[in-house]
Amino acid sequence: MTAGLITPYQPELAPRPAGIAQLLRAEWTKLRTVRGWVIALIVAGLLIVGVGLLNHSECGGIQPNGSNSVGGPACAVLTGPGGEAVTDGFYFVHQPLGPAGSLTVRVAGLTGPGLQPWSKAGIIIKASTIPGSAYAAMMVTGGHGVRMQWDYAQDTPGLAGPGPRWLRLTRSGAVITGYDSADGTHWAKVGTATLAGLPSTVQAGLFAASPDSSQLISSSGIGSSSSGGPTQATATFDQVAVTGVRSGGGWAGTAVGGPSGMPGVGYHSAGGAVTVTGTGDIAPSPSGGGNGGYSVAQTLIGTFAGLIAVIVVATMFMTAEYRRGLIRVTLVASPRRSRLLAAKAVVIGLAAFAVTLPGAYAASLIEPRLMRTRGVTVDPVPPLTDVRLIVGTAALVGVAAMLAVALGAILRHSAAAVTTVIAVIVLPYFFAVPLMLLPAGAADWLLRVTPAAGFAIQQPYPAYPQVAASYTPGNGYYPLAPWAGFAVLCAWTALALVLAGYLLRRRDA
Amino acid sequence: MSALHAEWTKLRTVASTGWLLLAAVALTVAVGTAVAASVRCPSGTCAEDPAKISLTGIYLSQAVIAIVAVMTVSGEYSTGLIRTTLTAMPRRITVLAAKAAILTGPVLAAGAVAVGTSLLAGRLILPGHGIGPAHGYPALAPSDGPVLRAALGSVLYLALIALLSLGIAAAVRDSAAAIGIVLGLLYLFPIVGAAAGDPHLTRYVDQIGPMTAGLAIQATTGLSSLPIGPWPGLGVLAAWAAAALLAGGLLLGRRDA
Repeated sequence: MTAGLITPYQPELAPRPAGIAQLLRAEWTKLRTVRGWVIALIVAGLLIVGVGLLNHSECGGIQPNGSNSVGGPACAVLTGPGGEAVTDGFYFVHQPLGPAGSLTVRVAGLTGPGLQPWSKAGIIIKASTIPGSAYAAMMVTGGHGVRMQWDYAQDTPGLAGPGPRWLRLTRSGAVITGYDSADGTHWAKVGTATLAGLPSTVQAGLFAASPDSSQLISSSGIGSSSSGGPTQATATFDQVAVTGVRSGGGWAGTAVGGPSGMPGVGYHSAGGAVTVTGTGDIAPSPSGGGNGGYSVAQTLIGTFAGLIAVIVVATMFMTAEYRRGLIRVTLVASPRRSRLLAAKAVVIGLAAFAVTLPGAYAASLIEPRLMRTRGVTVDPVPPLTDVRLIVGTAALVGVAAMLAVALGAILRHSAAAVTTVIAVIVLPYFFAVPLMLLPAGAADWLLRVTPAAGFAIQQPYPAYPQVAASYTPGNGYYPLAPWAGFAVLCAWTALALVLAGYLLRRRDA
Repeated sequence: MSALHAEWTKLRTVASTGWLLLAAVALTVAVGTAVAASVRCPSGTCAEDPAKISLTGIYLSQAVIAIVAVMTVSGEYSTGLIRTTLTAMPRRITVLAAKAAILTGPVLAAGAVAVGTSLLAGRLILPGHGIGPAHGYPALAPSDGPVLRAALGSVLYLALIALLSLGIAAAVRDSAAAIGIVLGLLYLFPIVGAAAGDPHLTRYVDQIGPMTAGLAIQATTGLSSLPIGPWPGLGVLAAWAAAALLAGGLLLGRRDA
């Protein structure tokens, strides 16, 4: 009856599930003690720098006014007030304008051999006739109605459709306002531009420009071919009124960006009407779009090589547990399986991020310098974009490593998991870019919905709707915005991790 | 002979071999059909190559063939079966040669089905999209010499990819590393080539890459603009496969299992 209570055996250290810190430490130990994996990860970092060094771009023979592109990136890059690469070549009929004044014209028509949708003519107020200087302009375009554009990157639509148009620009110090009208009596404001550092006396007048025609002949097969050449636009101004002109003025004609050598470029006036014929463009200059410079995106091409090495290590980090039966020991030590998966994903993700970051940084540091020694200028990017490119590349590889861990846990088979991850991340890009096998629409679709959308984080320059160029992934332009594309990759990874966690709990090890 | 029989039994009795070969056929046909269905050439003057379009799926299915090939070697290492195999068959080169011979048959068969079906799909779909005999393109029939070359060459291409993968797997043993190296060799060359900037360097990279050179065999039009001719291109891939088998054979002979 009083058989003393038997105290159940209690070990001194109660077994408790390993905390997340111990789990992370255990997984880190597993990663760092396999020599082959550590070497492969370091090689991945080196590949990101090394593969990019194979690039041997030579600059092509390109004129500053944007015509006559021979191939290869531009030798010299003209930059606008915002620091971005620009094209600035047009025919300018101008006179000096004081700090307050206005310019009103009626554009009777815009014609030309091979008129482009973005052929443009109208009125412009520009700091000087030096290419790359600040400006604001009201214009009639070949196919996009009336636009107000300033400082290359800015573009605001006015009246749509064809037909004779009245245009007006007023200057008050640094503020320039654009108006348009269909009849010359009812005016509507299109936009207001504030041009920093505008001198007291500026050049104001009429202009005409027409970008190179570019037509993609083939979108599939190995590579794409395009044909094109310079075009010109002729605008007739039948009403011209200027106020605020500096004394000693009078119209003068200048081919901004140097003479194009095309016949017919120039101006003549007869009976109050002025006809201006010009070629070239006043616009941002997209990289790889025919007359652009060398894209920063190309310095990061080694990402693919590094990515494949990281994917192999990350997959093995998971599947090796199954091969050696280590998974049973691991699961005895930490029975909370989802937590184990999370620890693995975090450790390999951070390790991949850590080896990729210096690689991407070195690539973006060394390669533009090597380019410069060959006379190729890399199109400038703002510092914040540079940070996004480098950190984003490392994050891309890190998240891809997590996806590989998840697929390794789902498939439990190294070769199948590695192939699947490479097929979903590398292949869509591969189909869209070096092979151009798919029609543009299908390639865009693949780069929107597959994990390869993450490469959008490597887009260095914005795509400008007001410039017709080949905004293809090969030139560093993606169908999704940088962070949106990265979010698609993250969503796939999260989905795969959740599925992996579920299967890991459901299945026997 | 007994080596061949043993390898055939091992390959045949693994369920995944059949499924993977079936997947390779399905992927080849599905991708080829999808690309053929999405290509449009209203003007009738596009630089399209109907055989190449129909056989786009090879770009993807070669990865599945590589898995099959890698697993014939790496699978043995992961289960330890390799020690039994080498005890029964101490001449290691014979083992590798038997594996190569036995692997080639099913891959050729699967490749023939995949390529034939893809070309048939292209033949049915492409003329409706402005790419057919009526528009001056070659008909996708075996009577057309270049089309026959593309078809036979694509089947041989898959077999050579299998041999390349087998050699690499014998050299590195681990399946993940082997498949990573194979896919890196296949897919990195064109990406690096496209980024090289210099057209001469791009051409050179395309000439030496196992996939870019090997798939020149699929071209039926515009042969003069290819970086390398169809048969020399397949020869480059054969050289890669031979080098991989040689390296795999040497390492297999010298290392402990």
